Amino acid sequence: MKYAKKSPWILHYDGSSCNGCDIEVLACLNPLFDIERFGAINTGNPKHADILLITGAINEQNISVVKQLYEQMPNPKAVVAVGVCAATGGIFKDCYNMIGGVGEAIPVDVYVPGCASRPEAIIDGVVKALDKIK
Amino acid sequence: MGRRTILPFGPQHPVLPEPIHLDLILEDEVVVEAVPSIGYIHRGLEKLVEKKDFQEYVHVAERICGICSFMHGMGYCMAVERTMGVKVPERAEFLRTVWAELSRVHSHLMWLGLLADALGFESLFMHCWRLREYVLDIFDMTTGGRVIFSVCKLGGVRKDISRETMMKILDTFDKIEGGIKEITRVFTADASVSHRLTGLGALTGEDARSLGAVGPMARASGVGEDARAAGYAAYPYVKFGVQTDTAGDCMARVKVRTGEIFEAIGIIRQCAELMPDGPTDTKVTGFPSGEAFARLEQPRGEVLYYVKGGGTKFLERFRVRTPTFANLAALLEMLKGVELADVPALVLTIDPCISCTER
Repeated sequence: MKYAKKSPWILHYDGSSCNGCDIEVLACLNPLFDIERFGAINTGNPKHADILLITGAINEQNISVVKQLYEQMPNPKAVVAVGVCAATGGIFKDCYNMIGGVGEAIPVDVYVPGCASRPEAIIDGVVKALDKIK
Repeated sequence: MGRRTILPFGPQHPVLPEPIHLDLILEDEVVVEAVPSIGYIHRGLEKLVEKKDFQEYVHVAERICGICSFMHGMGYCMAVERTMGVKVPERAEFLRTVWAELSRVHSHLMWLGLLADALGFESLFMHCWRLREYVLDIFDMTTGGRVIFSVCKLGGVRKDISRETMMKILDTFDKIEGGIKEITRVFTADASVSHRLTGLGALTGEDARSLGAVGPMARASGVGEDARAAGYAAYPYVKFGVQTDTAGDCMARVKVRTGEIFEAIGIIRQCAELMPDGPTDTKVTGFPSGEAFARLEQPRGEVLYYVKGGGTKFLERFRVRTPTFANLAALLEMLKGVELADVPALVLTIDPCISCTER
């Protein structure tokens, strides 16, 4: 068995997602998927976080919040964009208030596909992001 | 009078899965006023009807909110079907009711878990979400999706539930009903939960009415309104009770919602018995013209859809009035005079769904 080099603490922020991916991110914590067995904890404080999980796209109002959260996180850090909205804007791409994917605001390391992303895919994305914060 | 401080709450806050910002004006430890600022999830999807085909837009409507996704799709379809005079087959109406009630069970279990989490009761959170997974498995089995399953379409539904699958669903509920009873007992009888919730944020029936509260919020204050009783889909064929309470506090809201879980399971059982055979969809031709409203009861309360078509494939106007938007006014009123430490629990008891509110 391979051991993870680090037990990442995760900060979750809801960009402008429809909640679908958010509840799947939270579902990773439940006894069925249990991401805590990898030592990962969902923290509310950006200063404690290693990985920033963002669901949903960037809009005019939240772009500054996302940038601020990213800047407050200590190095080394990784960003995981969960769902198609976080990748490109997804189904809401043509809406007037949308800027686009998370990549418009901050550098993204891992993109997780799906609408909504399944918990297995999100956990896989977090494990991939671990390589970035060695 | 103590010193006044302004404490920002959100948009990123450990207790909030979604961003909303409240400026809490405090006098010592007591909230005197709460000033909300919203727009962090505003996408502007109502305007998208002008760019997307009305049949395609069902998928956008489902993504107004991922928690009650099915009901949003269903409400949009109901409104458009009304403008076009489409008669949905009876079996499709029953299937819609089944999926809608399954959504209610999953949403309420999720909310109970989040509330337990806000109170710091981690193991209770785990139990609620463990039970919720069974419901998500049913969604996975019947539609292929866990939270967003795009099964509703104009003129009916995309998939059928066979008799064997229906029996499996009922077996699942037989299996988890005991578990739900157990968590209900913990929520209502446990001293630490009761200490945090009883008497907190009491809303009188009169206030609930004048502030326009809807759903479990209003019902916990004794306003027995439920859009399902007005009769849409297959609700006229099934029997169910409208859960109400008179205390109006956070504990009353917990009781109303847990009661609704059992009512929803009862409705699903009745639907399984009464469901007629027949087609699950009807062909939709032509374009919507004219205006129509649809009103339905979501887990969070009554939601209203308005569509206006001009005889082309693009609608002219689409509007949603979501339950959390209606309940926010009541929340701001309830926050006055509450201790700062109780704010997270109180904010959660309206079951906020910000992505519905801001669309």
